[in-house]
Amino acid sequence: MTDVLMVEDLAVRFRGESGVVDAVEGVSFRLREGETLAIVGESSSGKSVTALALMRLLGGPPNCVVRGRATFMRQDGEALALLSLPETRMASVRGRDVGMIFQEPMTSLNPVHRIGAQIVEGLLAHERLSPRAAEKRAVALLDHVGIPEPALRARAFPHQLSGGMRQRAMIAMALACRPRVLIADEPTTALDVTIQAQILELIRALQHETGMSVIFITHNLGVVAEVADRVLVMYAGQVVEDAPVDVLLHLPQMPYSAGLIGSVPRLDDVRRRGGRLAAIPGNVPDPNTRPAGCTFHPRCAHARPDPCETARPALEYVSDGHTVRCARWREITV
Amino acid sequence: MSAVAPSAADLPPPVLAAPSAARRPALRRFMRHRLAMFGLVAIIVLVVACALGPYLSPYGPLTIDLRHRFQPPFEGRHWLGSDQLGRDLLVRLLLAGRISLTVGFAAMGLSTAVGVVIGLVAGFYGGWVGTALMRFVDAVLSFPAIFLLLTLAALVSPGVLTITLIVALTAWMEVARVVEGQVRSLRERDFAIAAEAIGVSDAHLMLRELLPNIMAPIVVAATLNVARAILLESYASYLGYGIQPPTPSWGNMLNNAQEYLTSAPWLAIFPGAVITLAVTGFNFLGDGLRDALDPRLDVHR
Repeated sequence: MTDVLMVEDLAVRFRGESGVVDAVEGVSFRLREGETLAIVGESSSGKSVTALALMRLLGGPPNCVVRGRATFMRQDGEALALLSLPETRMASVRGRDVGMIFQEPMTSLNPVHRIGAQIVEGLLAHERLSPRAAEKRAVALLDHVGIPEPALRARAFPHQLSGGMRQRAMIAMALACRPRVLIADEPTTALDVTIQAQILELIRALQHETGMSVIFITHNLGVVAEVADRVLVMYAGQVVEDAPVDVLLHLPQMPYSAGLIGSVPRLDDVRRRGGRLAAIPGNVPDPNTRPAGCTFHPRCAHARPDPCETARPALEYVSDGHTVRCARWREITV
Repeated sequence: MSAVAPSAADLPPPVLAAPSAARRPALRRFMRHRLAMFGLVAIIVLVVACALGPYLSPYGPLTIDLRHRFQPPFEGRHWLGSDQLGRDLLVRLLLAGRISLTVGFAAMGLSTAVGVVIGLVAGFYGGWVGTALMRFVDAVLSFPAIFLLLTLAALVSPGVLTITLIVALTAWMEVARVVEGQVRSLRERDFAIAAEAIGVSDAHLMLRELLPNIMAPIVVAATLNVARAILLESYASYLGYGIQPPTPSWGNMLNNAQEYLTSAPWLAIFPGAVITLAVTGFNFLGDGLRDALDPRLDVHR
């Protein structure tokens, strides 16, 4: 399978009133055609910033500096350097080559426009279509993402639809021009569980049908197990483990990944441990004051002063398609 | 995606009462606002009277009748009396109203357009563009409007067009500020980022996505701007820099009246009263719209 997106050493630095914040440091990954890559991590680990940086939606310098390389392979074989494209070219990439859906379907649709009109906008921005044809396409898209009575819903305003419907409409918007890559930033977090399952199923079906690649940002490992082919675990702005989904879920090498998996609440575990939920102690460090050495060591049960507190570990090769950022991964079993 | 589904698309457009349903509470709040209703009625009466009144009167605004000079109001043939040349005050007031209201509305339109454009650009792009534009707004705001108005008026030959331009030039800053603030906060909202993520242009983002969301404060500011424009035009004309006689405007009628303040006070009272009526009418209307469109300020509940 060919790569559609190659990201090398992506770094994002924000300059604010409180000083400099390195939100993302040296993130690299490859996204293959038709693959679903899950990016997981706690809040403020840099998952969303990575996605927004790739879409160039972060605003520019001096307040925000993005470094590194991101190469996107177009369907016709043209390679685009996403981070250095002129803004006008970038606008033609957004929506057409790379689509994005967001966490909050409640706020991601413009309250003053009808659903259909918002989809039409994306279509007209990228394709030569008559408004009438675009409208027909919008209704067909709404039908396709499973919205009943699509012609009626196309004329509805966002506040007249339920959360699940709105997220479906968002997906129709993002996929209107059949992008090669869909970035889904916690698309199911704001929805209740049954709707969540429907939306995941919808994304999977659409992916199967169009062969698009998906970057799925989430903190929900249950969702990861369901949708992902490969998982990128992020912690404090860095990739700490990159592995195929089965390997990561069963044989994680980084203590943080193991902690995340262990933190998924399970009914039998809860009963056995007397009602206590497992958790990783502590919090993600404040980006201003990240600890020296391994950024995870203050929370890690396996930390030793010698390798862990002295040097930032590098990503090490474990097996094909599996890398881990832990100085002691050979010695410990997590 | 899938092939176009003609059966679905060819359905007749369904009837949805969406916008009216969404705005009905605002309309209800507005209708309950007594001062705003008073303002609205006052404005409608003034506009209709100024538009139609002169056709119904037997007198022309410039018809001189030296046998009936300084006729007091409410007696004799001139309802509101006549001036030093025997001209009918009512007809002159109504024709002056045409000029004053036209200047008011035109200056409002112009100043709102300028303010919206500057505010949109400043709020959307931010950075040094935004800073430069907004500091320019602050600089213009720091001049007392009336001096700015008189300085500009002294430099050009007075007339309806020039006075409109000048009044507009001294009134766009408020709108720019309102729009800039709103755009800056809306710019960060999810729907704006989502729209950007589907690849629409900057102009489209500003005009189609952001602008419709800030129409309420713009309408309020524009309404208040009409009142301000009428007042500024009256100042300028009163001081002799605005509309020039014999063309009547409410301001220059006051100017003309000051010589006869003791002998024929009605010449000053009526123009003054109409200016007050128009200005308070627009101010009440603006306040009412603000209360109706922004439920957070609803103090009547």
